[in-house]
Amino acid sequence: MIEIEKKIEAIEQELAELKTAEDSEYKKVRERQLINNKEELMQAMKKLSPTDKVAVARHKDRPNVSEYIEEMFEEFFELKGDHYFGEDESILGGLAFFHGIPVTVIGQKKGKTLEENLRCNFGMPNPEGYRKALRLMKQAEKFKRPIITLIDTPGAYPGIDAEARGQSEAIARNLAEMSALEVPIIAVIIGEGNSGGALALAVANSVLMLENSIYCILSPEGFASILWKDASRSKEACEIMKLTAQDLLGFGMIDAIIPEPLGGAHRDKKAAIKAAEAVIYQELEKYRALSAAELREQRYHKFRSMGQ
Amino acid sequence: MENAFKEKRDLIFAFKELRLQGMETEEEPIKEVPEGLFIKCKYCGESYTKDELQNNLYLCPHCSHHEPIGAYKRLEMVLDKDSFKEINKDMHSNDPLNFPGYQKKLQKQEEKCGIKEALVTGTGTIDGIKTAIGVMDSRFLMASMSAALGEKLTLLIELAEKEHLPLIIFTASGGARMQEGIFSLMQMVKTAQAIKRFSDSGGLYIAYLTHPTTGGVSASFATLGDITLAEPDALIGFAGQRVIEQTIGQKLPQGFQLAEYLQEHGFVDHIVSRKEMKKTLSLLLRLHQGGQEK
Ligand SMILES: [Zn+2]
Repeated sequence: MIEIEKKIEAIEQELAELKTAEDSEYKKVRERQLINNKEELMQAMKKLSPTDKVAVARHKDRPNVSEYIEEMFEEFFELKGDHYFGEDESILGGLAFFHGIPVTVIGQKKGKTLEENLRCNFGMPNPEGYRKALRLMKQAEKFKRPIITLIDTPGAYPGIDAEARGQSEAIARNLAEMSALEVPIIAVIIGEGNSGGALALAVANSVLMLENSIYCILSPEGFASILWKDASRSKEACEIMKLTAQDLLGFGMIDAIIPEPLGGAHRDKKAAIKAAEAVIYQELEKYRALSAAELREQRYHKFRSMGQ
Repeated sequence: MENAFKEKRDLIFAFKELRLQGMETEEEPIKEVPEGLFIKCKYCGESYTKDELQNNLYLCPHCSHHEPIGAYKRLEMVLDKDSFKEINKDMHSNDPLNFPGYQKKLQKQEEKCGIKEALVTGTGTIDGIKTAIGVMDSRFLMASMSAALGEKLTLLIELAEKEHLPLIIFTASGGARMQEGIFSLMQMVKTAQAIKRFSDSGGLYIAYLTHPTTGGVSASFATLGDITLAEPDALIGFAGQRVIEQTIGQKLPQGFQLAEYLQEHGFVDHIVSRKEMKKTLSLLLRLHQGGQEK
């Protein structure tokens, strides 16, 4: 939880306690004081620092891919496995209706309970996860379905088996193949979008970010550890990395920001998902109007011009 | 016989541990060695002079360990004499994030290495066959991927497509250019999609992986070759070894992420020593000439 939220919670608790207390002059004054303080903190939540945003983006109650699928899509039918080596639960994918349109939806999943965390490898995909995603995307292209990806990962899994099975190749292949797909692709960063592990699902016609999500070259901890040999300087890294949606929109790295409820999506999940749904639908309609060749070109030129 | 080979390999792997510990840092110090002085090989412990090293393609004369070489030296070894025509020589990073201390660092690298970015590109001939060629230079900020590097490489790929040339890229990289953040990350897409277009147009791309090829470079253009070659004992992988050890909480197996390991796991066609480098590339180029017309 972020600092401001802790303070608000403390105030709310004190207010609740005061409510049951006997009426007195002190009670009246204190109540007014607390309400004022809370109002100030709520205002401050409108301008979260990058460090706060990292905490919000990683919040354990932040809506995850399963909740988005549940709320935004109808008749989700999961498809499993890369059909070469294995199944990777850190990437959830399948078919569903979105506003009545058949789509392919693919998202990264960290899991909420410890058991789920372990099954989902804390949202760090192995190569077979990326290969499953590519299999589903190629199918989407074959059947002319739009693709919606929901991104939330600390990064691709850094493990022995992942290397042995070609983590690099799996990510590279997705980048290359996604760039040429002839259907609309909408990517939404819903939480953390770290490194090539996020990028491998983000070569999209429209890349959207939730207001308090982050998108970066690697985790602030990893950044601090590589650049300064000191992971404990991650807070400093957050402030310097330009990883917020507002920074990235300014650089032209993303296409739009999806507003979140005050303080973060976890404070009102339904409202957050509804807001995302509205923007996704709007973007999807825009790109559904383009031809296959136009879709390829638009996507290609967008990434071609980055850092030119 | 086989046993002797295995012993030698184990020995080499053991020596390599030493080198790997120094990875993930940004700069590999270049030690200038005065002429005539003896240098001790880090791997086999034997000594040699600078002359002996130079005359042996920068391989240790005793154990054939491949010492890193600069981009121009590599081009000299691979291309026909005087055939190299460099393009975009002056492209350099423009510090897109205004990152503290970065400009100064770049300046120092330029002075030290004599290049403005960790990649040299152009065209040249190998036994008379014209090719587009790019060589990454790990002396320059560990050849991490900057926006300028991604752009320069993409321009080379586009040139190869436009002029119907084969494309050879010698990769080397410590990964992302931290100081360029998201701009560095997006070069993975930019270069991978350019390779895809080139490949779809029928172009031949030979990726030649040299020490080290890691991170964002290994997870983009480096692993998308029609043919993938690697220099002996080059470190090739996505994640850094320190990160993996910290994540899994155990020591890594011997030889992990080395070219030989990658080949055993099916990601490298051939491990080609520097002595066979030109000959091999020449053969591959010839094998790709005169394909059947439609
Ligand atoms: Zn030696």
